[in-house]
Amino acid sequence: MERNTVLIALFAALIAVLGLIPKITLGFGVPITAQSLGVMLCGTVLGARRGSLAVLLFLLLVALGLPLLAGGRGGLGLFASPTVGFLVGFPVAAFVAGLIVEKTPRLALLPAAILGAFVGGIGVLYLFGIAGMAITLDKSFPEAALLVSPFIPGDLIKAALAGFVTAALAKARPASVLSRA
Amino acid sequence: MLALTSSTRTAYHRWPASLKLALVSVGVFFLYLIESPVLLLAAVAGVALAYLVVGWRFLVEGVSFLRPLWVFVAIVLVWHLIAGDPVAGVAVALRLVAAVGLANLVTMTTRLDDLTDLVLWLLSPLERLGIRTAPIGYAMALVVRFTPVLFGKAGTLIESWRARSARRPGWQLVMPITVTAIDDAEQVAEALRARGGFDTQP
Repeated sequence: MERNTVLIALFAALIAVLGLIPKITLGFGVPITAQSLGVMLCGTVLGARRGSLAVLLFLLLVALGLPLLAGGRGGLGLFASPTVGFLVGFPVAAFVAGLIVEKTPRLALLPAAILGAFVGGIGVLYLFGIAGMAITLDKSFPEAALLVSPFIPGDLIKAALAGFVTAALAKARPASVLSRA
Repeated sequence: MLALTSSTRTAYHRWPASLKLALVSVGVFFLYLIESPVLLLAAVAGVALAYLVVGWRFLVEGVSFLRPLWVFVAIVLVWHLIAGDPVAGVAVALRLVAAVGLANLVTMTTRLDDLTDLVLWLLSPLERLGIRTAPIGYAMALVVRFTPVLFGKAGTLIESWRARSARRPGWQLVMPITVTAIDDAEQVAEALRARGGFDTQP
């Protein structure tokens, strides 16, 4: 109980830290933060249930007004702004990413984690994110999709990176990769 | 770590957090039902007035809180201008400003402790279903405590990278930062267990 709770809390902190670090550029010149990488890692490392709980905990503290979101943002206003869909999609993304890693025990961890991060962290997340933008900006679904498309290349890199980090963690800290424990 | 609560003391600070949250939830819900730009303009004026009754500087602070929103306001306005329907664009932009401004008002005038208490109170019915909520309080406190710690350790990793390489720190640091988080977690969990775990008060 204690160990699970603390791991969940520290991964919530990890999402925040990955979003707050300013100087990590992942390429392509598009200003992308590693925040969604943190969300992917929650799923692929902690598994579906604990991973999504870590993301929910992170979101709860953001909603309460802690400046934990990329760029030091936080507060309830974010949940009324156009990016709300991505926030709502975060825990679902982590859940799906974790579920895919958990349910593919015959697949090696590296491809399973990349697949999980890809389907959860991009597929599911963008579905929610685009829906949120379509509603708040009063746009059709394809129009909103166009608005977020510049960020997809960066997220593809992040999904691959999440896979590699997860596989490396399985070697460095095997007991802590709970998605395959 | 600083919360986003405003340093200006306002009358809103004394309102119960639950009341503010309920009012804002209802307010934002209705904003999305309104289509008329005139009514939405009135809503923006109303929200601005809610800031202004505290003082001019509080309004300025509130406007600066809206900074992440301007890019979306610009996109919507330009989009609708090109589409030949500027009035609809103005309505969407006004709705965004009113909704986010209203929600920010709660964040700016409510202490973190009060909101944390509210969350734990809202979760308390779960106890009756046999779900323990004490770990949730612990977990929230842990994130507040360990985000700056982990951030500091990440900073040290970045510095040591810079000391060794002419290249900019990049994706290579994600792995050691994650290992740091895991190691901290295992250590804290052990310390917690040694001190009686969640059965004691945080």
